[in-house]
Order: sequence, then C-alpha cells, then structure tokens
Amino acid sequence: MTTAFINARLMDPASNMDTLGTLIAENEHITAVGPDITVPDGAEVIDCKKRILCPGLIDMRVHAVDVDAALAGGVTTVILQPDQTTIIDSDPVVERIRGRSKDSTAFSVYPMGAATQGLKGEQLAEIGQMQQSGAVAFTDCRKPVSDSQIMRRLMEYAGYFNALIVQFPQDKSLAGDGIAHEGEIASRLGLAAIPAAAEAMQIDRDVRLAELTNARIHFSMLSSRDGVEAIRAAKKRGAKVTCSTAPHYLHLNENAVEGYRTFAKVSPPLRAEEDRLALIDGLADGTIDTLVSDHDPQSADVKRLPFGQATPGVVGLETMLALAMSTVHSGKVDLMTLLRSLTETPAELLNLDTGRLEVGRYADLAIFDPEKPWVIDADKLSSSAKNTPFDTLPVQGQVWRTIVGGKTLFNRET
Amino acid sequence: MSTHYTDTAPYPRADVSPPSGSLFPHKHLLGIWNMDPTSIKHLLDTAEKYVDQNRQSHKTSPICAGLTQINLFFENSTRTLMSFEIAGKRLGMDTISMSTGSSSIKKGETLLDTADTLNAMHPDALVVRHADSGAVQLLSEKMDCAVLNAGDGRSEHPTQALLDALTIRRRKGQIHGQTIVISGDIAHSRVARSNIYLLSAMGARVRLVAPPTLLPTDIERLGVEVYHRMDEGLEGADVVMMLRLQQERMQGAFLPSLREYYRFWGLTSEKLKYAKDDVLVMHPGPMNRGVEIASDIADDLDKSAIREQVEMGVAVRMACLDVLTSHLRQEKKA
Repeated sequence: MTTAFINARLMDPASNMDTLGTLIAENEHITAVGPDITVPDGAEVIDCKKRILCPGLIDMRVHAVDVDAALAGGVTTVILQPDQTTIIDSDPVVERIRGRSKDSTAFSVYPMGAATQGLKGEQLAEIGQMQQSGAVAFTDCRKPVSDSQIMRRLMEYAGYFNALIVQFPQDKSLAGDGIAHEGEIASRLGLAAIPAAAEAMQIDRDVRLAELTNARIHFSMLSSRDGVEAIRAAKKRGAKVTCSTAPHYLHLNENAVEGYRTFAKVSPPLRAEEDRLALIDGLADGTIDTLVSDHDPQSADVKRLPFGQATPGVVGLETMLALAMSTVHSGKVDLMTLLRSLTETPAELLNLDTGRLEVGRYADLAIFDPEKPWVIDADKLSSSAKNTPFDTLPVQGQVWRTIVGGKTLFNRET
Repeated sequence: MSTHYTDTAPYPRADVSPPSGSLFPHKHLLGIWNMDPTSIKHLLDTAEKYVDQNRQSHKTSPICAGLTQINLFFENSTRTLMSFEIAGKRLGMDTISMSTGSSSIKKGETLLDTADTLNAMHPDALVVRHADSGAVQLLSEKMDCAVLNAGDGRSEHPTQALLDALTIRRRKGQIHGQTIVISGDIAHSRVARSNIYLLSAMGARVRLVAPPTLLPTDIERLGVEVYHRMDEGLEGADVVMMLRLQQERMQGAFLPSLREYYRFWGLTSEKLKYAKDDVLVMHPGPMNRGVEIASDIADDLDKSAIREQVEMGVAVRMACLDVLTSHLRQEKKA
C-alpha cells in the first residue's frame, strides 16, 4: 500500500527541512520525501493543504498507555514510566510491555525500567537485562535516587551499558511532605511547601556525580528558574546532561492552586511566574532538551479530595502540542526548536528508530494546523480520565491526522 | 491620623453599603480571607448582644428553635466543640456532635460522600473541623446548608479570630490603630492566619514574632511586620497574642528544646515590660505554662484576657449561627 501526502509543509528538525512538498509512505516506511516528488501510480493521495507534516511526536514520560489520547495529540511513541501497578523493575515485565506493543500495529510503547529495585532507591535494578529486553532508559520516576553513593554506582554501572539514567530533580529531605511551591500562595493557603532550591540542589549533586563517573544523565520535569540555571551552567561546563519539562509548567504558575484546586496539583509543584518564564526561555535557547506530557490519568475520586490528600498528576498527551504551540505564537520559541524537543531529541536520547522524516525510517507522522484555534473541553478529551487543569482554555494549533507505520490512525475529519 | 477612619470603617470602601444590601453576603463562614470589614463588624455587633445574654441567669433565646446543627469534628477538640454546642443550644437549635472516632471517615468514606450523607439529613448548620487545609471549603461545595469552619489544617479558624477581635474591641474600645503582636508557631497555625486577615482588615498594625523556623515564607506579603526578637517585636505593643506551641515541633528540627524556646520566645514579665503598660495578653488555649507563657502573666487578671476569650467564643459562635441561619427564619415569617 502506498500513500502520498501532498501539498504538506514538511518540517524535519533533524535535517532542518522546512519546505512545501510531498512525502510518500510505502507500507510501513518512508520511501520519498521532499519538494519535487512525483506521486507514483495507484497511490492513495492525501492533500495536506499546507498543514505541517512532521515526525510523530515522542513523549518521554507517560504513566499510562492512553492510545486514543496520544493519537489525538499527534503522539506516535510513548515511553511508559516504571511506576505501574507491577513496577517495571525486571526483564519479564519489560518483555511483556514490549511484546504487547509489537503485537499491535497501532503504536509504539517503550518502557523505562526502574533504576533501583522496587523504586526504593536501595539496590540497583537489573539494568543490563532490562535493556536487552527493550527498556530505553532507567528511572525511579517520581522518587529521586537520594543516596549519593547509590547514585554514583548507578551511574557508573549504567555507563557500562550506555544506559540513560533519568533523575527526578528534587532533594527528598528538603522537599519533605511538601505539596506546593514555597511562597506567598502556599503560606496563605496553609499548605506544606517545597522551595525551588530543592530542585537545583539535586541537579547540582547529580551533575557532580555525572562528571565524576563520566556518565550521562537526564533530569525529568524541570519546574524552576534555579533548575534551568543549574542545567545551563552544567552544559556550559561540558557535562553530559539533558533535561525536560512539561507544558503545564510553561502555562501555569502557583496561582493555579488558589482555592485548593486539586486539578492543578502536580509533582513537582507549579512554581512562581518568574520560574514559568525562565522555563520558556530555557526551551527557547535549548537548555531544556525535550518536552514531555507527564500524562497521568486520575479519576475524580482521587482528585476530589482535600488538597493534601489528592493524588497529583494531570492528563497531557492530547493537549501537549497545542499548549506548547503557545510559546511559538507568543514569539518566544522557534517552531523548529519546539518540534525538535518533541521528535528528534527524544529519539536520539533513547536510540529510537523514529523521530525523523528520512527515507527508510518508519512512517510515524503527525500532520497539524499550527494556526487552528480551538477550546479545550475536558469532557471531550479522548483520555481515559479528564483531570486537566486546562478545561475551557482557548488554544491555537490542532492535530489533523496521526499516522503510524504509514496508516492513518487518527483523522479529525472522520 | 485622620479622624475619618474609625474602628468600624478602616478603609473608605467600607463606608459604602454592600451592593447586595446584606450586611453579611456569605452563605458559609469558611474563613476571614474573603470577608470585608462590614461583614466582620456585623458579626461582632451581633455577638455583643449575646455577651449580655450569656451573663444573665436565663441564657437561652430560642430564635433558632427547630433548626438542626451538626458539629462534625475530624480532629480532636474539646473547647471549640463545646463552645459550638453551647452556642447552638442557647439559640434553641437541635445540636448533634460527631467526632472522628465514631464517623465512617475511618472506614474509608471520602469527605464528599460524608457531605452527601449529611446533606440528605437536611441540617441547617454544619460546623466542621478537619486536619487538611481547604477541606471545609471542599465540603461546603456539596452542602445546601450553611457551613462553619471550626479550623481546617493550617488554613483558617475564623471564629477564633472573631472572638479575639471581640475581646480586643471590648477591652480597648477599638481595633483600628492598635499594635497587635502575634507570637509563636505561626507556620502551623490557622489561628494566626485568620487573625492576620481580620486584624489587618480592621485597621490594626499586626506584628509577628517567632523564630525563623516557625514563620512561613513570604508571610510579610500579607501586610504584617516580621520580627524574630521578642524585645523588638513587643516594643510599644497594645495586645500580645501567644500561640500554642505543639510539642511535636521538637521533632523535625523546628526547635532545639522547650527550655530554649521559653528562654527566647516565652512570654515573661521581663519581656512584657517592652510592651505598653496597659498591654492585653491573649492566648487561644490550651496553654503550655512555662513554654510559651509564664504562669504569673497568664493568671494576671489585669493583663490577661484568656478567660474572657473563652466567654466571647460562645457569644461569637452564637452570632455566626444566628447570622448564617437568619434567611431561614425570614422565610418562616413570610
């Protein structure tokens, strides 16, 4: 089966291509891409009407496999976090998840393995075996590996397998039982708080360890200006460090929890306005490498509770691109830079075979209209749960089609 | 100072009658945070009349007869619970009290399910205390009747602030212009937060005195002055409110020891000399004698208003129940 996507604005961050043209997908792979491509006979022709055609988005951090939500958001590959009901800390669990993904032609799911057994931060997990079974990186997810000695050994050991360690940058003892950003709002609402310094401190320590062990490290979910500055300084020194943030940190600040709104309870907490602006700057200048959704469907049962008891987390797969596009529309972030953080960079970090518009690669594609205005409606989300803090928010930029292995799996017009 | 500003109208905006025409345009009493001086004054004025009533031999005025009041306490309390019970009974309400031990919240029921259940019993006033900040507000969203916050987490304890204000107003004549010191564990105190909002709204000058570990970040943005030394903070004070120091604060390195706390932040006669001669000493209770306050001060009837605070507590809670159920009685009349 051959499909021709004609009249598309082809954007490929890996080759810096931004041109009007055609992409041909034969069976599962890209067979031709560029401005002057002739459509072969018998091909199904899809007129993209000058919408952007880019590699399918890669989301490095989801807590649940939510295929409908992903496809509606242009995401074709998700990286499942190890904090599942059965913790992903051994190769059989990894194999099961990879097997399920290979069976379905739909969608690529890669697991991240636990960095330590049971996410307890004590004993190294079987990194080598999990890697052979298909785990793409290793993390303790929402728990930082606190013990410096264990972290050092983890990085040394992972370095031998060239495995990426993903750390949650939050100093555990300084954060304590905090649930909000330390500042005026938390003080007024009477919520236990976490200072922004907790993030920078963890980054600083782990950068030292990365330099000591010559290993690479990735920090997930930056939330503060201090964090961005710590990464910027580390990169300048030449440390092998990368990091990510999520759209809600680019869009909201601590004011969102006013009135004890638990739908805005996330971990790390939403911080001050200056932090939000620093994160956008960090994304613009490349200090922040990737954007993740941190997609975490939670039912109203665990959200409609007093703030202290409510489970943190938001759904984000479906709204990630639209929310991120606001940084482009406001002139802060270059469109190609944004797309790179969602495609090429995560593919490179995790050694994935997607994330590029290149002949021979899998035809995992997203086609979206960058200008299209729409209003986020929580009830209409495809996610399995509706815990978004962005209900009724007007946004600009909407996914039109999502193509996995050459097949259109999401089409807004049907 | 301009004579235009009085205790009852600290800001020009308070001179304007509220747009709704109601002196208390709130359905619930969740906190002082969103209350304007007119509403606060209305509650205090109403309470004043109950102070007199409570001092007579016949203390009940059954204006709320036939109404049901439920006291739901998810956190242990003796004085606040009893105060609310007495207040309800003196207004002729049918009062039922429930504490954590006997409620199904321990059986895993969520707060909103509890609210649903209670709502189906058609109470007319629900008094709630909960260990989580914001819990009472959440519960109020599901209730048809008036909800009164009897303390939620570290957030607010509005009736305590109101009874403190009533005590100050009766002793000092007015709240406006007074220099009021709040000292102790501000960080974990809902009493402190409610008092900060109320006293600043009524035009008092509020100072906080505490060791840095017991002060929340950016608290000065609420319009208070922050001190760490008692002598500096107490200088020229009209009123000193001491807060209870929870013994468990010794864990988690908030403080080294009770002995050291008493030495630097306990209220003693020597430290009190820095305040004005006619200083009023207050404490929301229960007191830790020899920790945050010396016995001789607590028992000095000229200076200490601690017993009076308890008395005002009943009157203030009667006023709150009265005002929040007044629409029910108007319906009855019509």
